[in-house]
Amino acid sequence: MYKILKKTQFSEKVFEFRVHAPRMAKHAHAGQFLMVRINETGERVPFTFANWNSEEGWIEFIFMVVGKTTECLSKLNEGDEIQDITGPLGCPTEIDGDRVVILGGGVGLAIAYPVARTMCEAGKKVSVIMGARTKDLLILTEQFEALPLENLFITTDDGSMGEKGVVTAPLERLCQAGEVDSAFAVGPVPMMKFSALTCQKYNVPIVASLNPIMVDGTGMCGCCRVEVGGKTKFACVDGPDFDATQVDWDDLAKRQATYRTEEAASMKHYEEECACQQK
Amino acid sequence: MPAEVTGAAANAGTEPKKYRPSRGPRVAPNEEPAAERARDFRPVDTGFTKADAIAEANRCLDCKKPLCMEGCPVGVHIPQFIEKIREEDWAGALETIKQDNLLPSVCGRVCPQEDQCEGKCILGRKGEPVAIGQLERMLGDMADEVGKAPEVKPKNGKKVAIVGSGPSGIACAGELAREGFDVTVFEAFFTGGGVLTYGIPEFRLPKTIVKREIDSLEQLGVHFEYNSVAGRLFTAEELFDEDGFDALYLAVGAGLPRFLNVPGENLPGVYCANEFLTRTNLMKAYDFPEYDTPIKHGKQVVVFGGGNVAMDAARTALRLGADKVTLAYRRTEAEMPARKAEIHHAKEEGIEFLELVAPIEFTAGEDGFVNAIHLQKMELGEPDDSGRRRPVPIEGETIEIPCDIAITAIGTNANPFAGPASGVEPNKWGYIDTDDNGRTSNPRVWAGGDIVTGAATVILAMGAGKKAAASIKETLLAE
Ligand SMILES: Cc1cc2nc3c(=O)[nH]c(=O)nc-3n(C[C@H](O)[C@H](O)[C@H](O)COP(=O)(O)OP(=O)(O)OC[C@H]3O[C@@H](n4cnc5c(N)ncnc54)[C@H](O)[C@@H]3O)c2cc1C
Ligand SMILES: Cc1cc2nc3c(=O)[nH]c(=O)nc-3n(C[C@H](O)[C@H](O)[C@H](O)COP(=O)(O)OP(=O)(O)OC[C@H]3O[C@@H](n4cnc5c(N)ncnc54)[C@H](O)[C@@H]3O)c2cc1C
Ligand code: SF4
Ligand code: SF4
Ligand code: FES
Repeated sequence: MYKILKKTQFSEKVFEFRVHAPRMAKHAHAGQFLMVRINETGERVPFTFANWNSEEGWIEFIFMVVGKTTECLSKLNEGDEIQDITGPLGCPTEIDGDRVVILGGGVGLAIAYPVARTMCEAGKKVSVIMGARTKDLLILTEQFEALPLENLFITTDDGSMGEKGVVTAPLERLCQAGEVDSAFAVGPVPMMKFSALTCQKYNVPIVASLNPIMVDGTGMCGCCRVEVGGKTKFACVDGPDFDATQVDWDDLAKRQATYRTEEAASMKHYEEECACQQK
Repeated sequence: MPAEVTGAAANAGTEPKKYRPSRGPRVAPNEEPAAERARDFRPVDTGFTKADAIAEANRCLDCKKPLCMEGCPVGVHIPQFIEKIREEDWAGALETIKQDNLLPSVCGRVCPQEDQCEGKCILGRKGEPVAIGQLERMLGDMADEVGKAPEVKPKNGKKVAIVGSGPSGIACAGELAREGFDVTVFEAFFTGGGVLTYGIPEFRLPKTIVKREIDSLEQLGVHFEYNSVAGRLFTAEELFDEDGFDALYLAVGAGLPRFLNVPGENLPGVYCANEFLTRTNLMKAYDFPEYDTPIKHGKQVVVFGGGNVAMDAARTALRLGADKVTLAYRRTEAEMPARKAEIHHAKEEGIEFLELVAPIEFTAGEDGFVNAIHLQKMELGEPDDSGRRRPVPIEGETIEIPCDIAITAIGTNANPFAGPASGVEPNKWGYIDTDDNGRTSNPRVWAGGDIVTGAATVILAMGAGKKAAASIKETLLAE
């Protein structure tokens, strides 16, 4: 059992949990993730470490409510316990160069934030490009604003906040100005794909944090497999970060959508009768 | 069938009557009707009753030179335990097995008996061998009734860490706990048993049996730390330097799946058997949406492979509601590495076997999901290194089978955490090299099971755990 020490709500659908996990706190690195199983009937879902403190023995993760598990999780409160948390899993993020651009789209912003924070702490010159379909889906804006960034760009598809358009526009400008040594992208597949193409054009190395569906997170099931450079890789042990110019994006997009129908059914079932809902 | 009076106990005081084996047929294991059992996860058979066991025990010739024992990788004293069954000394029979095999309920169910004990049994030359596996399973299952609490030696102050709770880790933990060691098992998953829990399905190995083995270890004082991925949550060095462990036994298995590397293999609907079985067994996806983990229920399923894993996947797909399950294999049934009993059960349940085909491509329908598998027809050519005839393609002959789920079960590689979890450098294939006693190049680290041998069997994994325990004991107590 893993006790929730602190719950912070950032916006309607975005929360941060601080959980007691001393051993994990000692070994977590930026870019690594953990897997949560809320209770006996729960699914195993991955979340990236947002923060950790080895002296105080806690770790934190940020999540956005998108379906059954995250909805159920959002109902838990300080003092409640999560049945299983496994981690740290995956390889730490490594970004070369001094001037880095971090691109985050949608839920990916939850993953981009800890990476941006660690890069700032490492003394790098960090620019962040935040993207979402619309204003309401932009998350962690204040948190990003509080970081000592070189630049912070916000884009929305509908122009409801920041500039109208997609993250590649500011990225292209930075690349053109020769202000980027390397880039890191996490978000929806098209966003990562076009970020990769843009960087490729300017010969800027770019890493993407891939988010395929996972089951065990330890290299045993093969569910998280992705095609990188024509080879099959396991995002949970070989990644989740990969050279974005080598990823087969169509493959990833198709695999992510495998359980659309079941995910909707799960949510419906939950709304109708799940026990933790009534709590 | 009344048992003939046999054995010394029945004749106390008089000259022991000479034991005369019965010539009856091999006792059948009370199987559930195939059509019914193939629709749910109930065990395939209910096993032997006591009367069945006695009747079967009476068939054993009590050989002077028991060949059956030579066939058992851990040398279970087969004629001796069978004699105790004849004497209806159930507790004694169980004790006799347990000297060599700590997991009779499991091994009795999953050992490839036809290649091991039963394969060597003298009765098999002309007729049917003694049903050693069924007898062993039955005795194992009687543990709650007749099993004796094992003697536990006083604590000796030495601490051993075991990484992985599969059969190998379990066996090592049990042996050491009994010898007075302070034992902690670190397991990556939220529950124990390894492949016994996430791989082998309920209908072959009920999970209550696995749980009973784990519970009994806990009663012996073994400590289990779940959700603990060794090599990521801690290093071997930390276990020694900070947590005060004196030795480490690495039993992480070899579960990293291999792929065919053919086009379309990553399409939605194409599973690797490990994922299919883990979703079903470990995450209970068959009970979705009560359990959150989803799985696709195919109507037309094609499974590729010929081992136990392929059989388990095919029969699981059937139980999830498939109308038709085809098992495609690149050689012929004779070369299939699966247990004979599984092949037999699979066929009985209606799985169709398609021999001499190799997948060349998976294709998708408009919805993006797999809708067919394209197969190359093969024929058997010259024998390869393993002595099995190598399948070679028949130029130009391909077939297409429609399917809405395809599952590949073509083998596994070494666990990726073996190195970081043990601090021992794996060999070039990713496995850990050891001597006969499971010792690695690090004097504090032992290893065994699939991570040393490559994917093998439960009994070998268990045997390795036991051997390593003896070596650990000898080493640590000499210090
Ligand atoms: C390495 C990694 C790190 C991640 N880090 C974060 C994070 O820090 N914060 C955050 O909010 N989200 C993160 N995610 C995404 C998060 O795991 C999903 O949002 C979550 O699983 C959704 O579960 P659900 O039941 O609420 O939604 P569902 O309705 O089940 O699914 C919604 C979508 O989430 C994805 N998803 C569903 N199940 C899984 C699964 N078992 N594994 C992976 N993806 C799944 C699918 O794309 C799906 O379409 C991460 C994903 C990965 C792979
Ligand atoms: C579907 C299937 C069917 C099979 N059928 C049969 C059969 O009928 N008969 C037979 O004899 N054999 C069968 N086998 C093979 C047999 O199950 C294995 O040979 C045996 O389980 C190996 O035991 P092990 O203890 O070495 O490893 P495993 O059983 O693989 O156990 C390894 C354990 O280590 C854990 N682990 C891995 N990495 C870490 C880490 N870093 N930290 C902590 N824990 C970790 C894993 O989660 C797992 O629990 C089958 C295998 C499969 C997959
Ligand atoms: S352990 Fe396996 S091989 Fe040995 S006697 Fe028992 S069933 Fe046969
Ligand atoms: S070989 Fe067969 S008949 Fe002989 S002792 Fe073994 S089980 Fe009995
Ligand atoms: S999630 Fe199972 S192999 Fe990566």
